[in-house]
Amino acid sequence: MTLEWIGDALLLLVVLPVVVYLLRGVLNAANSIVPSAQQIALAATAGSKDLDATTLLLTTQDQVKTTIVLAADYGGSLDVILDDAN
Amino acid sequence: MPAAGVVMIIAVLLIVLAVVYYLVSTIVALQRITNSLDEAITGVVGIIEKSAPVDEVVTDINTNLDAGVSLLEGLLVKKAGMQDAVGLVDGLYPGAAAEGFRDFPESKETKAPRISEVYTKGTLTLARLGREAPIAAASPNGPALRNPAYGSTAARGLYPEIRQTRPQAMPRSPVIGTDSPVQYEPSESPGVRKRMPVPAGVGAAPAQGQEQAEGGIVKSGLAFLRRFKNDDEQ
Repeated sequence: MTLEWIGDALLLLVVLPVVVYLLRGVLNAANSIVPSAQQIALAATAGSKDLDATTLLLTTQDQVKTTIVLAADYGGSLDVILDDAN
Repeated sequence: MPAAGVVMIIAVLLIVLAVVYYLVSTIVALQRITNSLDEAITGVVGIIEKSAPVDEVVTDINTNLDAGVSLLEGLLVKKAGMQDAVGLVDGLYPGAAAEGFRDFPESKETKAPRISEVYTKGTLTLARLGREAPIAAASPNGPALRNPAYGSTAARGLYPEIRQTRPQAMPRSPVIGTDSPVQYEPSESPGVRKRMPVPAGVGAAPAQGQEQAEGGIVKSGLAFLRRFKNDDEQ
């Protein structure tokens, strides 16, 4: 009979607090991850939206090509009409 | 049932309740994490898809720009010479000469002349146009284009203008006013004169109607040129 009471006391005074302590730690850790995950999601969404302008790079690519071709044409003409330094 | 057994059952129930409560709370938190990570994954996939062609496009742009830089640097060095090219760049962008030209490593050791103090930008450009350029038509066989000590004077000599020869007497500037030698009558219609101006001491010009009778505006223009030429000869 005494042993049963000792077992009850162990359950209530030792096992239950330990279980609660451990589970609360797991819950706190999980809860602390939630805001970080939400911030990551927001950042990824914003980053994806920022990259919508990458299609303009194709326009830039064409314009750079055109500009260089024009510069080459001018350079060729200048090479013909100007004297060399040496 | 003994009292100890009842207490044990209650203790076990409390433990189970605590486990259930915390595990359910943990499951809810993990589900929120999962949802957020799903959104993050969607965003990251979007980033990956949108940035996939960037490398190729930027590489192509850089290649073209590199070609442009090589072209312009080569042309500048070829036409202006290494020293003047470095001086020109340093004159336009102070301190840039220290970096030198990318395709000409020796340009880093080239001492940049203080071109911006000797020439204006326009003068330097014109001076580099060479003897074949129209701007040098006044002195095609003259001395060297540039003189480091008197650069502005040498460059000014390129202009086909008589003042560069510093003549003793130059035609005076036109005199205006009521007592000026050439009087203009106010015109009734803009751009059309009643008659051409007559310098003092010269006979009267033919009337406008007479000129138009000879062939209109073209002939009157030719007549003006003839008079202008005669004035010069006198």
